[in-house]
This record gives sequence, C-alpha cells and structure tokens, in this order.
Amino acid sequence: MKIRVQSETFDLGAEVDAMRAGRTDIGAIASFVGLARDLNEGSGVAAMTLEHYPGMTEKALAALVDEANSRWTLLDVSVIHRVGRLLPGDPIVLVAVAGSHRGEAFAACEFIMDFLKTRAPFWKKEETSDGERWVEARASDDAAAERWR
Amino acid sequence: MKLHVLYFARLRERFGLAEETLEFDGTTAADLVAYLQARGGVWAEELDGSRAFRVAVNQDIVRLDAVLPEHAEVAIFPPVTGG
Repeated sequence: MKIRVQSETFDLGAEVDAMRAGRTDIGAIASFVGLARDLNEGSGVAAMTLEHYPGMTEKALAALVDEANSRWTLLDVSVIHRVGRLLPGDPIVLVAVAGSHRGEAFAACEFIMDFLKTRAPFWKKEETSDGERWVEARASDDAAAERWR
Repeated sequence: MKLHVLYFARLRERFGLAEETLEFDGTTAADLVAYLQARGGVWAEELDGSRAFRVAVNQDIVRLDAVLPEHAEVAIFPPVTGG
C-alpha cells in the first residue's frame, strides 16, 4: 500500500510499473486520475490551491484503503493526492488498485474515490475571473458515497 | 480542560486564525461550538448552523455530542472538497 500527499506531480505509468514490478500474481490494475479543469460552476478557473490537514489526511486515506481491503481481496493499492497550487490540466489525484481479476480492481478504485471525495480532509480554492472562491461540497458526492452502504 | 483547536480552509480565513489553545469548561464538541459561537461576528455566522461544518477530535470526524478528552486536538472545517 502506498499513500502519499505531495506538492509534486506524479506519473501514472511509473506508479503502475512500480505496482507490478517483480510480481506475476496481479491480473488486473484499475486506475483513476483526477485532473484540474479550467471551468467550474460556469466560471473560468485560472488555478486552484489545495489545502489539507497534515496527519489527519494521511490517516483518513489509510482508513479508506483499509475499508476497501476489508470489502475486496486486493493485491495492492496506491493513493496519491497533490496539495498546493495547481493549473488547469494538472493531475490532482491518483488511485490505482491491483487485484487478481478486474471486478475487484474496478470496484475498489471507484469506492476509494467516492469516499475520498467525502471523507479525506482536502479543500479546494479556485482563482476565477470573479476572484477567489472556496469550492462548496456537492450533494452528488455524498450520494455517490452513500450507495456503497 | 485544555484543548488545541485548529481551523481549516474557509473557516481559517474568516476567523483569521489557524490554531489556538483554549482553557475550556464544557464537555462536548457542541459545547465547544457554542463557546466559539458566543464570540459573535464571523464566529457566530459560521457556527450558528446555517452553514455546514465538520468537527474532528484527535483526527477523527465526530458528531457534535462527542465528549472531548483532555488535551484533545479539535479541528473545525467546512465539508471536504478534494479529489
């Protein structure tokens, strides 16, 4: 398991290669990469800054991965989330899940992302043409997490 | 009891404060919120229940009826928006 909160970027290919290096038991790796967009709520977004709660954030991400491991038989999980100032097109978050078969890899990847959105203490502030604004939490994210109950 | 209280994101900016140490007489997270709300101004605006916020004690999200342990690290922040 790898959990990292970092300001530097990441490389999906390198992370997947590291996950499968030296192993022949992995049959499937599902991955998700979230990107910073140039548009949100109808306004152009020039940049965003991600804040987190050092200590609690890493703990909350580890708890999500533990919960995924208790629901599915997984061979490895990586979660990387960036903090600091990001520009449109920059990668924000990576979740990669290795399993014996695709079913558990797909499901656990989506599960971890859905709960990361509602439980991991990160906050986005956008720089728009109308000034800076904190992004508000969405009801649709709560609904996405709720369906796993 | 003595508490270390942290504020994040919009709340940190509005309160103009990232953290403080408090000597506090109450028992629960709700008591702490009421104590902070009584400061008035932005504290009342953000914590009177009209805007959503979350409370974590020793880095776990809790309900407002949670009892605060001595020397707890309490964090108050808006609903999260990562990912």
